[in-house]
Amino acid sequence: MNVVKIATAGSVDDGKSTLIGRILYDTKSLTQDKLEAIREKSRQRGFDYLDFSLATDGLVAEREQGITIDVAHIYFSTPKTSFIIADTPGHIEYTRNMVTGASNSQTSIILVDARNGVVEQTYRHFFINNLLRVKDVIIAVNKMDLVNFSEEKFNQIKGEIAYLAKKSDYQNQHITFIPLSALKGDNVVKPSENTPWYTGETLLSYLENLGDKEEQEELQARFPVQTVIRPKTEEYHDFRGYAGKLYGGDLAVGDVVTVLPSATKSTIKSIQFFDKEYTRAKRGSSVNITLEDDVNVSRGDMLVKTGEEPAVVKQLEATICWMDKTPLQASQKYYIKHGVNDAQAKITELKTVVHTDFSGVQKDPSQLSLNEIGEIRLKVSKPLCVDSYKENKANGAFIIINPKTNTTSGVGFIK
Amino acid sequence: MNTETIQVGALESEAIYILREVVAQFEKPVLLFSGGKDSITLVRLAQKAFYPAKIPFPLLHIDTGHNFPETIEFRDRLVEELGVELLVRQVQDNIDAGKVKEETGKYASRNMLQTETLLDAIEEFGFDACIGGARRDEEKARAKERIFSVRDDFGQWDEKNQRPELFDMLNGRIDLGQNVRVFPISNWTELDVWSYIQQEQIQIPSIYFAHKRATFIRDGLIWSANDEVVYREEQEEVQERWVRFRTVGDMSCTAAVLSDAIDIDTVVDEIRESTISERGARIDDKRSEAAMEKRKQQGYF
Repeated sequence: MNVVKIATAGSVDDGKSTLIGRILYDTKSLTQDKLEAIREKSRQRGFDYLDFSLATDGLVAEREQGITIDVAHIYFSTPKTSFIIADTPGHIEYTRNMVTGASNSQTSIILVDARNGVVEQTYRHFFINNLLRVKDVIIAVNKMDLVNFSEEKFNQIKGEIAYLAKKSDYQNQHITFIPLSALKGDNVVKPSENTPWYTGETLLSYLENLGDKEEQEELQARFPVQTVIRPKTEEYHDFRGYAGKLYGGDLAVGDVVTVLPSATKSTIKSIQFFDKEYTRAKRGSSVNITLEDDVNVSRGDMLVKTGEEPAVVKQLEATICWMDKTPLQASQKYYIKHGVNDAQAKITELKTVVHTDFSGVQKDPSQLSLNEIGEIRLKVSKPLCVDSYKENKANGAFIIINPKTNTTSGVGFIK
Repeated sequence: MNTETIQVGALESEAIYILREVVAQFEKPVLLFSGGKDSITLVRLAQKAFYPAKIPFPLLHIDTGHNFPETIEFRDRLVEELGVELLVRQVQDNIDAGKVKEETGKYASRNMLQTETLLDAIEEFGFDACIGGARRDEEKARAKERIFSVRDDFGQWDEKNQRPELFDMLNGRIDLGQNVRVFPISNWTELDVWSYIQQEQIQIPSIYFAHKRATFIRDGLIWSANDEVVYREEQEEVQERWVRFRTVGDMSCTAAVLSDAIDIDTVVDEIRESTISERGARIDDKRSEAAMEKRKQQGYF
């Protein structure tokens, strides 16, 4: 079955939780006991409707304050497709949480309150989905019931987003607009009679169909080695398997490969998965590869097809989103994690801070604070094998770790 | 040689990737093994991740002493077959030493007491990564859990200050004394686990399949009456019923469900049709709305 990963984004009170609750309810994904708990809690709080946010806000503080603090993962399925929704909060630390949610999703739902139209937050949501090159973006124009299901209002929002989209450097992004009411259920799972002028799909049917046209772009094979398997048993005395997950492309027995960064060449002898051998491995597969020659390969090295090598660099230019309360400091040393590879890193230049409302950049800033996005140069302590994020997402992103606190402080997208 | 092309399923591939990251990033990992279907699935995934080498970490069972006998039997057989090391630490030892107090009465359970024994074991062996079979679909507090979830040296989860997890880059850097709880099957649902067990033909303890059992009903749930550890009042009437267990926790807090699913295929069908969640039969989650979150803050899995 297809698995579709979705991130949601919306401002305060745009009705994200209600929308998710509505999807769960209408697809009959809420079990009786959970539904009963929501019914009971809603009643206790004096609501005359079912407060679906109770289904998704999992922490005490969230329920107390009626807001979403941290990303929650919600699972549901239809007979056709399995879905994982990363429900990201719109309130605090929004950029950080949105980037987190969007980094693991192929689709984003951006909620817009039909009464308010496109607001500053919408710019930010849209910007981040551009930056992360999320392929399918759904603009869910919610609360249509409160604007009398006005087609004019809907078209106005459509026009404003289309104007923004023109400024984006990611022109292959697919943007869909759906007018809906999460509270009443219009166009979420069931087509609405209130929007006769809307001929598109319901939200759910659109999402279901996404599973079928999962991106099939041709990517070059990238196989970062996670760990070397050496059983050292009688039976497998000389066995050296390179365990990893294949990002992009495919690899086959007999392919001539280059081991990076040493640039040693060899040939794939076998591709194994558990107790079976295969002739070819496809993208996304966690397999075990052996080589014809006894070359030196260790964790962090990368196997690629000879002739399709990525850049091997010790300096990088990247767009970075800062996620730490302590601002990014150019003089401070950090760790960088690129895929499974670690190195030390030094930010050599903070070139610009980018405004997420498409209004431009600030040159020569002194620092980059929490939730800000900037352009940086950095140098690393050992060579990394990288693609640009545009070419290969999995091999074009990295995280920055603060060595004092060990926390993940930022995420970068290689130019 | 198989001449086919392989594309490993997304959830399986992700879990294997995570297990390999654990072994690469930590000095002393351990797999927390309860004998339930989720930890059995983890064991199979670990086998696959490191094959043809053996699983490169031990299993740790925190034994409440209130296990279903079928589970213990199963555990010992599995460990023997795979040739992995099994460590067992008993909750009873902590009770005897007066370190924790056993609950009494109608809803007494040793589930909470496991935390203390687990934290002791982590300290005793110096584990820096504890792999567990928790899934985000189980419970709303678990829906917030990271795949690499840092705990301080009191085992506490700081749910409001979690590290962001981006793409599939897992940051396992910790200070001495901290440990990371690792959840490789975070993104699996109950049905995914059952379908995987079906697909891989993985053996599981017999209590997961329908069998005739002496039971009684309390608070609308079906309890096993065979076993002394389950508190029963005299007027609660014992009856034979066809039941199976959907989750295998401490006997004192795990209720059965009526079922005639006698093999894996019928179990999968039953789960697909079910209108009650898996944790609907776990009484310890019903103590308060935040029961799971509170336990996790204290170091529970």
